[in-house]
Amino acid sequence: MPHIKKLTLRLFSAIVLLCGCSSLFAVESSKFNMSPGVTPISQQMYGVHMMMFWVCCGLAVLVFGFLFFSVFKYRRSKGAVAAKFHGNNTLEVIWTIIPFLILLVLAIPATKVMLNIDDTRNAELTIKVTGYQWYWKYEYLDNGVAYFSKLSTPQAQINNQQLKGANYLLEVDNPLVIPTNRKVRFLITSNDVIHSWWVPHLGIKKDAVPGFIHEMWAEVQEPGTYRGQCAELCGAQHGFMPIVVEAKDEKSFDAWLIEQNRQAELVS
Amino acid sequence: MTKFKAFIVRWVFSTNHKDIGTLYMWLSLIMFLVGGVMALLFRMELFQPGLQFMQPDFFNQLITMHGLVMVFGAVMPAFTGLANWMIPMMIGAPDMAMPRMNNLSFWILPCSFGILISTFFLSGPAPNFGWTFYAPLSTTYGPESTDFFIFAVHLMGISSIMGAINVIVTVLNLRAPGMTLMKMPLFCWTWLITAFLLIAVMPVLAGAVTMMLTDRHFGTSFFNAAGGGDPLLFQHVFWFFGHPEVYIMILPAFGVVSHIIPTFSRKKLFGYGFMVYATLAIALLSFIVWAHHMFVSGLPLTGALFFMYATMLISVPTGIKVFNWVATMYKGSLTFETPMLFAIAFVFLFTFGGFSGLMLSIAPADYQYHDSYFVVAHFHYVLVPGAIFSLFAAVYFWLPKWCGRMYNERLGQIHFWLSAIFVNLTFFPMHFLGLAGMPRRIPDYALQFSDFNMVATFGALLFGLTQLIFVYNVIHTIRKGKKATAQVWEGAEGLEWTVPSPAPYHTFEVPPVIK
Repeated sequence: MPHIKKLTLRLFSAIVLLCGCSSLFAVESSKFNMSPGVTPISQQMYGVHMMMFWVCCGLAVLVFGFLFFSVFKYRRSKGAVAAKFHGNNTLEVIWTIIPFLILLVLAIPATKVMLNIDDTRNAELTIKVTGYQWYWKYEYLDNGVAYFSKLSTPQAQINNQQLKGANYLLEVDNPLVIPTNRKVRFLITSNDVIHSWWVPHLGIKKDAVPGFIHEMWAEVQEPGTYRGQCAELCGAQHGFMPIVVEAKDEKSFDAWLIEQNRQAELVS
Repeated sequence: MTKFKAFIVRWVFSTNHKDIGTLYMWLSLIMFLVGGVMALLFRMELFQPGLQFMQPDFFNQLITMHGLVMVFGAVMPAFTGLANWMIPMMIGAPDMAMPRMNNLSFWILPCSFGILISTFFLSGPAPNFGWTFYAPLSTTYGPESTDFFIFAVHLMGISSIMGAINVIVTVLNLRAPGMTLMKMPLFCWTWLITAFLLIAVMPVLAGAVTMMLTDRHFGTSFFNAAGGGDPLLFQHVFWFFGHPEVYIMILPAFGVVSHIIPTFSRKKLFGYGFMVYATLAIALLSFIVWAHHMFVSGLPLTGALFFMYATMLISVPTGIKVFNWVATMYKGSLTFETPMLFAIAFVFLFTFGGFSGLMLSIAPADYQYHDSYFVVAHFHYVLVPGAIFSLFAAVYFWLPKWCGRMYNERLGQIHFWLSAIFVNLTFFPMHFLGLAGMPRRIPDYALQFSDFNMVATFGALLFGLTQLIFVYNVIHTIRKGKKATAQVWEGAEGLEWTVPSPAPYHTFEVPPVIK
């Protein structure tokens, strides 16, 4: 029997070690963790997320350490005899107050980020986002440019009749184009049911609710293509209304906007 | 024929708390398996990217029904069944205070679920708007079967309210002489508080579905912005029910675990008084945190901050409970029979779900977590290795008392270890999926989510199969298990262990006296 116990112990420590390593790996790789994103807000959200992650890890080591210590140490099979105590008021007060203090400390950075998210003043560009069953409409309110943005993945790929592309389900016909290094304000609403406009890299998730206009903002630091999806169940095709945001540097964005205006005039 | 008649008379017309408790438990087991099959069907669809087995709308119907069946059909009736069986025996009462109402509150439930599940077999889609049935998707845009859903929810609510009234009246009036409230077993305490939560919030749910009904058919616009209504009002009303509801599903579990851990530690529960007060604190706080489900729905800043702080506070009393359970084991004399294994796994994995809950309470981080698989992972950790594991623990713990026969320990241990491994295989990868950006409730997904979805589906399938061991073990125990003693467990304390096993049809017709 003793060698079985030794084996169990070894197996257990191996698992603990593996979990530890994989969680470290998890922190590093985006497949396992939230992306820090490309806006001040998304990076602050990521910061709060990582702070909570490490605090929870610390608490977990304490609580689970105490738990597994008790489970391994006080087994009757090892001759443990039960003690008689069944309460300790000092201890109870301690483990009420200390968690409370930890929470107080955690609330401060979280509140700061919330204040920052809420500050949509002084935006240089305002874009209205409207959710439809099942696509998005983008309107550049100051320029009169407006268009719809729909899933462009062919149905044949969804039905497994064709090889799936690299951006399967995360590609659209007309992506939203925004400038880098400018504060962009999004006004989010819906035409029918509730949708939710979620672009993880922009740190934006906001419900599009019919009858309401919600605000969020982003200031993208790096040019690039950022992809997201509708995050609120909105009917049959909920899984098929992605969001693609193309962040262009300021010059190319201005050129793009002028071109869009010209085309709109040609059409009218 | 007379045998059949006797069967009907015993089970359909029963007013005996033990029979009704048994009925609740069987209903719950059946619903657990039905809800589980639904989960396996949509997990199968999610095994690979692309649409393989079903259309997106049917996927939505399955996830909706899975949620409703598991919450209202599996977890809640199971705890009501435990309350029926155990509360009268724990407090030395002959039966529940209102036996006829007890019969009615059970038999409403199968009717309700009959109505709900029948929508799969009617023309047109079954309810397909998620178990949270947000308006206007469920009102203006809801399928015709929504009316069946509304009626079914009304019935479930009536059943729960009657069950709750029965528990409160029983606990407050039928305790044996000498059993003061602060001498009462913790399971009775947690259920008493749960019952008050039920009475407080079930009418709110009824109000929400009634407003849906009038929006759909009588021209009102409670939730319709075009008519001057407010879709967010729905969310406020729903979560004012919905958040206490999650404590309705976990407080009785706290009670169960608070019986099992002391029994197998051979040591009294640490900090009984604080456990009671912590339960009360959780219940009170549960009424002022509902809008943390709405951080991205467009709450004003001050509202979001208030609900963030209030939500963070819940971790204090919850922490007290966890610390007390561990302190109970500390310096005990532990053995690891199946109920204890499930109870320890409960403490471990429920706390794990609590940690992700604490992360979710932080509003700015929730902007990224909300409606992603991270949330799915979180609430399945508190509900499956939380509520459901506590129910397994309770069944293994009290089954010998109920049927007078001992379950097969070896099978119990196998059931535990496989469940514990596969539950993590299913739900742990979902944290990664959510953080990497996968929204919940989608039938198909981008290629970077493939690996973890495959793992989760494997886990779910194996977890589902593992539960057949449990079903076999329970049936085998009832039919052929070894005879159990009255005490059953060496370290067990409480009135229920003073009666013979199986517990006679009528117990404590003369109340015991508690010193």
